[in-house]
Amino acid sequence: MRRGETLLGLLGAAALVAAALLAPWLKFILTVALAKGIAVIGILLLLRAGQVSFGHALYVAMGAYTVAFLAPAMPDAAVLLPAGAAIATLTGLLIGLFVSRYREIFFGMLNLALSMVVYSLLEKLYDLTKGTDGIRVELPRFFGMALDRPGFEWAMFATALVLALGAGAFARLYLDSPMGQALSAIKTRETRLEFMGISARRVLLAAYVISALLGGVAGAIIGMTTRHVTPLLAYWTASGELVFIAILGGAGSVLGPFLGAVTFELVRIYAGAAVADAWQMILGGVLLAVILFAPGGLWGMIAGLLRRRAGAAS
Amino acid sequence: MAEWFGDNSGLLGLALLDGLASAGLIFLVAVGLNLVFGVLRIINVAHGSLYAIGAYAAASVGIVFASMGLPAWASLPALVVAAALVGGILGPLIERLVLRRIYGQEEVLQLLVTFALFMILEDVQKLIWGVQPVQHDQAMRLLGTYDVPFAGDVVPFTAYQLFVLPGVALVVLVGLAWFLRRTLTGRVIVAVTTDREAATAMGIDARRVFLLTFTFGAMLAALGGALSSPTGAIVPGIGAQTIVLSFAVVATAGLGQTEGAALTALMIGLGRSIAVYFEPELEVVVPYIIMVAVLLVRPQGLFGSTVARRI
Repeated sequence: MRRGETLLGLLGAAALVAAALLAPWLKFILTVALAKGIAVIGILLLLRAGQVSFGHALYVAMGAYTVAFLAPAMPDAAVLLPAGAAIATLTGLLIGLFVSRYREIFFGMLNLALSMVVYSLLEKLYDLTKGTDGIRVELPRFFGMALDRPGFEWAMFATALVLALGAGAFARLYLDSPMGQALSAIKTRETRLEFMGISARRVLLAAYVISALLGGVAGAIIGMTTRHVTPLLAYWTASGELVFIAILGGAGSVLGPFLGAVTFELVRIYAGAAVADAWQMILGGVLLAVILFAPGGLWGMIAGLLRRRAGAAS
Repeated sequence: MAEWFGDNSGLLGLALLDGLASAGLIFLVAVGLNLVFGVLRIINVAHGSLYAIGAYAAASVGIVFASMGLPAWASLPALVVAAALVGGILGPLIERLVLRRIYGQEEVLQLLVTFALFMILEDVQKLIWGVQPVQHDQAMRLLGTYDVPFAGDVVPFTAYQLFVLPGVALVVLVGLAWFLRRTLTGRVIVAVTTDREAATAMGIDARRVFLLTFTFGAMLAALGGALSSPTGAIVPGIGAQTIVLSFAVVATAGLGQTEGAALTALMIGLGRSIAVYFEPELEVVVPYIIMVAVLLVRPQGLFGSTVARRI
């Protein structure tokens, strides 16, 4: 299955490139989808430990706002992206030290509360953040090159794709490593993990900081792609979206988040174009159908098909 | 410090009156959420939607009552009728059609199912009531205003806000405590909350209790919404705002605590209204700061009890 996953991942990446070449307007949506997929990889790590964060949009917003604040002074993606990731990681470490003591709903609700604090501050501190109007981001350079708009969008798409592949590969390795195994142990029997002399809190903290980093990367990409950063990025429904994508794609594979994110964004765009006032209803219906009838998510469906194929061939 | 209180006692008094009204509303929503969680072990994100739909429905029922030529006082019962309708119809519908299928599944999935419901109901509101603000404040105008003395002058408060909102919350609090402790159905609910397995073994039909509790919780959410509807315009998004606030109350109070939820709602309601008078920017942040501060000291919530660890 492992090799199959790598192969499918590369095939998927090729398909995305093909789609972006054939329909250039898709490029924007796919870049955002890939970025969200990267953030959802972080959610996936926490889900492995049985913990749901209803506040990870906070880190996406951190990445995006770092871009928005720094862009006038240092308009280069090569600076903005690492800066966004670094700020989100630091915030994640600070908050992680606190929330890694909590489990289940308290973990979820604390993340929710802290993200709502940041959302409210972004909205209320008008002098600093321009409130709900948000901040426009000027077109940055890309590693010193001044690109035109389509050129920069291609560059962001490529960056997102490379980082997505990197995040997926990293998550695969991490989940197979002792740290990743310990994460699953938090879900099954945390006390036994501690009997072995392993601090469950530190295991969860490590995963939490990584998830914040991935959220920051996603936020920085989204900030530079949409080039308009608003507090809504941190609202709790945005956090819910990330968990939604994780379950939609399927938590069983590191490909799930990207599968989920691309599907999510495409359904949102098409449903929004078809019925402006009911796209949420359609997305909600899809989510409900997936949970009730395909608990493994889209990845689970694909893996099931592949297995049946393999069974029929042998 | 003492001097500051002396100088600002008048303002603090006004903040107290505002805070009581908002605490009443928060309590109604949070206590329903808490009850549903206690029995079904599901955090119902769609609880906020029920609040919003309750508000919209109350405005609609009020308008229908008025057009039927009913006297103005009928606008008060109209609020309760709307809440009962919303909770009585949507509650069983959601429990039977959706929630029943996911009992015993992973917590994440249960949470997301209610999130899906929330998304669906959010658009249902837009399809039925549109995106323009809806307003029907007959119930509030009916009761008139009441002058509160302040700094040698008077500040008019609506009697609705001063008496109806805290009053209803108090009635619900006392009624709920009586219902849960003194009636058979109430004690059955408490039994299922405490130990579902043991309760089922004693012959309690857990499915019936689930349906009953969920419907009741839905009615409380809708009642909160209905009561809030005369005090301002109803706009899309109030459901999302309300649910995070009630999450904060429930987590701060500790799970399954009715009286605890009341005290916490009071604390958060007062905290917010005091912030409105002194540091308006902080108003929205106050509930979460209170929650984080409380959970720092007491990880199981103010009134929650610790749970033994599984080995």
